Amino acid sequence: MQDIVKMLEEKREHARMGGGQHRIDAQHAKGKLTARERLEVMLDEGSFEEYDMFVEHRSIDFGMADQRIPGDGVITGHGTINGRLVFVYSQDFTVFGGSLSEAHAEKICKIMDQAMKVGAPVIGLNDSGGARIQEGVASLGGYAEVFQRNVLASGVIPQLSVIMGPCAGGAVYSPAMTDFIFMVKDTSYMFVTGPDVVRTVTHENVTQEELGGARTHSTRSGVADMAFENDIDALLQVRRFVDFLPTSNREKPPSRPTADPVDRPEFSLDSLVPENPNKPYDIKELIHKVVDEGDFFEVQPEYAGNIVIGFGRMNGSTVGFVANQPTVLAGCLDIDSSRKGARFVRFCDAFNIPIVTFVDVPGFLPGTAQEFGGIIKHGAKLLYAYAEATVPKVTVITRKAYGGAYDVMASKHLRGDVNYAWPQAEIAVMGAKGAVEIIFRGDLGNPEKIEARTQEYAEKFANPFVASSRGYIDDVIRPHNTRRRLIKALGMLRNKQLQNPWKKHGNIPL
Amino acid sequence: MFSKILIANRGEIAVRIIKTARRMGVQTVVVYSEADKGSKAVEMADEAIAIGGPTATESYLVQERILQAAKDTGAEAIHPGFGFLSENASFAEAVAEAGLVFIGPTPHAIRAMGDKIESKRLAEKAGVSIAPGFDGALTSDEDALKVANEIGYPVMIKASAGGGGKGMRIAWDDAGLKEGLASAASEARSSFGDDRVFIEKYIHRGRHIEIQVLGDSHGNVIHLGERECSVQRRHQKVLEEAPSPLVDPEMRARMGEQAVGLAKAVGYQSAGTVEFIVSQDKEFYFLEMNTRLQVEHPVTEEITGFDLVEEMLRVAAGEKLRWRQEDIAINGWAIEARLYAEDPSRNFLPSIGRLRRYVEPLGMEGVRVDSGVREGDEISMFYDPMIAKLIAHGRDRTEAITRLQRALDAFVVDGIGNNLVFLNAAVANDTFRSGTFSTAFIEEEFADGYFGHERTEAVLQNLVPIAAMVHTVGALRDSCLSGQVPGQSWRPSRDWVVRIDRKDYPVSATPIDNGCRIDWAGASLRVNSEWAPGDRVFNGYVDGRPVTAQVVGTGGGGYRISHAGAAVALQVLTPRMAELADLMPIKEPPDLSKLVMSPMPGLLLRVVVKAGDEVQEGQEIAVVEAMKMENILRAERRGVVKSVNAAQGDSLTADQIIVEFE
Repeated sequence: MQDIVKMLEEKREHARMGGGQHRIDAQHAKGKLTARERLEVMLDEGSFEEYDMFVEHRSIDFGMADQRIPGDGVITGHGTINGRLVFVYSQDFTVFGGSLSEAHAEKICKIMDQAMKVGAPVIGLNDSGGARIQEGVASLGGYAEVFQRNVLASGVIPQLSVIMGPCAGGAVYSPAMTDFIFMVKDTSYMFVTGPDVVRTVTHENVTQEELGGARTHSTRSGVADMAFENDIDALLQVRRFVDFLPTSNREKPPSRPTADPVDRPEFSLDSLVPENPNKPYDIKELIHKVVDEGDFFEVQPEYAGNIVIGFGRMNGSTVGFVANQPTVLAGCLDIDSSRKGARFVRFCDAFNIPIVTFVDVPGFLPGTAQEFGGIIKHGAKLLYAYAEATVPKVTVITRKAYGGAYDVMASKHLRGDVNYAWPQAEIAVMGAKGAVEIIFRGDLGNPEKIEARTQEYAEKFANPFVASSRGYIDDVIRPHNTRRRLIKALGMLRNKQLQNPWKKHGNIPL
Repeated sequence: MFSKILIANRGEIAVRIIKTARRMGVQTVVVYSEADKGSKAVEMADEAIAIGGPTATESYLVQERILQAAKDTGAEAIHPGFGFLSENASFAEAVAEAGLVFIGPTPHAIRAMGDKIESKRLAEKAGVSIAPGFDGALTSDEDALKVANEIGYPVMIKASAGGGGKGMRIAWDDAGLKEGLASAASEARSSFGDDRVFIEKYIHRGRHIEIQVLGDSHGNVIHLGERECSVQRRHQKVLEEAPSPLVDPEMRARMGEQAVGLAKAVGYQSAGTVEFIVSQDKEFYFLEMNTRLQVEHPVTEEITGFDLVEEMLRVAAGEKLRWRQEDIAINGWAIEARLYAEDPSRNFLPSIGRLRRYVEPLGMEGVRVDSGVREGDEISMFYDPMIAKLIAHGRDRTEAITRLQRALDAFVVDGIGNNLVFLNAAVANDTFRSGTFSTAFIEEEFADGYFGHERTEAVLQNLVPIAAMVHTVGALRDSCLSGQVPGQSWRPSRDWVVRIDRKDYPVSATPIDNGCRIDWAGASLRVNSEWAPGDRVFNGYVDGRPVTAQVVGTGGGGYRISHAGAAVALQVLTPRMAELADLMPIKEPPDLSKLVMSPMPGLLLRVVVKAGDEVQEGQEIAVVEAMKMENILRAERRGVVKSVNAAQGDSLTADQIIVEFE
């Protein structure tokens, strides 16, 4: 027994060293932490419980028989973040370049299965050179096993991927199917085919960073949700982020005590919307002023800025915010912002997170680029997501709610539970000028008449009263009371129950 | 007394005048420009009259509209405030001709003191000390050389009609004098349409000290002591105080006597200020007289108990002064700090925009705030960038400084660049505290500009414990999150490392009632505060010292804390994380795109830069209109414009390059 314990200790020590000191040093020299160090930063101190530390690959080809390192390039297990359970895997680049073998994949699958059973998030820290080529198709099979679990877990437990090194080829598809992707600037990249292949096939000269770095994916492609300066920043922000999420779709979103008064008035919101309807203002100011403690975790802050999404808390509990941003493209909906918003709404709906929507939308963005790009189908995604959602939906129209975009943005007609408008709200098919030019086409030669008609149209629709007289708006609220009114509405909706008709699944316009 | 007055001004001073008038039972009318619609002054006044466009020349300088507004509202008198028409003799005359009272001196006094040469002659006649060398306007270069050599270099060349530092040159020798004369004259001609210049002895390391006078229409004039305004940046006053650390009672009496003499000589009958340049050995020379209320008048009010606006109203209404000189006593010390919408880290570039957060430090002992803005107001490009004045009063200079520092630390301004942290650094500066400064103070002490990164050992003694306490409170709260695994009584660590610029300060923080005990560097101290997560202002005690600071959490243990002139970004980590943080690479600031591109198809409304311009991060580059909305494109970083590739009125496609940087 004593000998066995001694052996165990030795084996543990061996496993903890991963690929050995010189590989650890090389990892550090690249500005990266090791797989174990990452877990130390991300999880509560002393909470990590490791599985399968002694798993080794079973490959014998190409000299692999002599190269066995316990753990086989990935560390798996569970731990806590602020006391709440999470399952983790952390790929170890010092062991076979973090490459994915059959055994490596099995370890990941094991914790995913466990997480599904007990209802806890899975966080993957990705740092892998790709498939274990020596294993051939066994490695590919391993990937697919992971993919299948990603899909089954989707909407059941939150899945989060942190890309902290290379992630190329087939390996990208596991993160792609998780709910959120965080990246580390300068030390991580994701692409389906690397710069060498790109050069051969399309003759484009591009670096890894340009092709698939954190900046590319957080600003251009929208693949990444967040980009952080270094490993520690990224992992500490993961801790902050996970605090917003329920552990599974069986749970309500978490709550924590706050000293922020529920009835805190914000009188400066009364002057947030400028008098000139064509002047932009920053919708994030509204979000920051209504959430608890001004703490808003924005998702995809640098992508499709015309829509703002992210998590905050109201009276301690998590709420997802979706808001049109007038400072970018006048807050118009376009392809990118529709997709961004739709995916976020569906995440919130899957995990019982109430959605607060702030509306200031002049319509869909016109242009050939949009039409040829399929704005019809992409815009429909956001519409579908809102219409399908059964979580509490509270909407505040701050200014413009024009045309089809009005319908899309969590309107009453899409089962909005509580729909408010600020006094400056204009709910109409379009702006007064455009409307008059169509209705009174015959009077176009007469500027005086047009002016009078415009005035008339504006008086009728450039206010929230027509919509509220029809019950599309439940109440017109003063901007400074927005926090109080939202918390009241969300409190009322706390036990909302609503079921969509049974179906295998809907057919969202993908 | 008047029953209704009109205020021909805006912002902070309009609010200031309304407050006194209201207390006296006098109704107020303000005039306002388009840009000031809905301003604090407009909201506070009994009546408000729109008088035109946003620029001063369309509104606050249009005499007829102001007079018409007074007639329409039945105002009996007009208070001009400062700036705008306050020192315009013809406006004062027009007011009188309209049968109204100008709340200020007579047109004669304004005129006499308006011309620098004329006022000097008058002052000399009234027995006021004049800087050596002054001999009226110069007729030729030879004339100038002769005078300069008589009085000895350095000499100061000044424009007769000058103001605001325009047309001023210092010459250290003959060559410099010739050169300076030409350039001063040409600058004076273009700025004031009057190229007369004169020279006088230049007082090296001089100090700017001024005497507040008050006269009535019955020939009585008293003075209310001095104010020192030596802390200036490019002739813009930053800190003002009363009394002056340099002036003794005997000197005050002499300066006061001369100032009163001059005021009497011109029949002065309102509040006015006689400015002196004072050498370090206490020789003082007349500079000019300002025939209006000064921006910095509150420091005099604080130490004398006077309400200068009330006195102006009373004497304008024909009342006699209620005090004699011997009744005037000085009570304690007052210092004023001017809050400007200027960003010290961007070379004091004016900053415009919405005041997202604006919380004045009200309710602090001995602290007064004069301001014309509220949270949510827009700071526009049309007017002076001063947004508020913070005045602290104490028994002595040390107490006044301490109170000012705490009030500056508690003043919250977000959304626009501002000089709060700089003001606090200036007040904390040893030379300022010693009282031995000159008008060169800012140039000498902040030669390389100011970035807020400087921090002294004393500041660290507060910063580190505050960071540890704030983080501990936050971590404890986070550990109360719902949905925890039962049986794993997880509690956050007590050992933390406060990390500033990669330097570690290890501490241990133990929660106690109303705060934390912090063990740091072998010592144990208490931080007591009611601070709760999300609070911007930290008020409390560090080791028994009262401390105020501002805390912004940036997530992941990151905080921005500003305190006593330092604005520090720091991180609070566990010791293990801090160890690992040393492995993180030091990154150069990212080289962002050198292009400004149109984010969408639209119309280029304007480009506000041209090739060769140096731009600061965040500066406006161009405005693109799309969807009938104006989108302002800003520089992502500082740089020099290489080329402008699109012109105003161009139709742009998405991603079309508008401006390229070098």
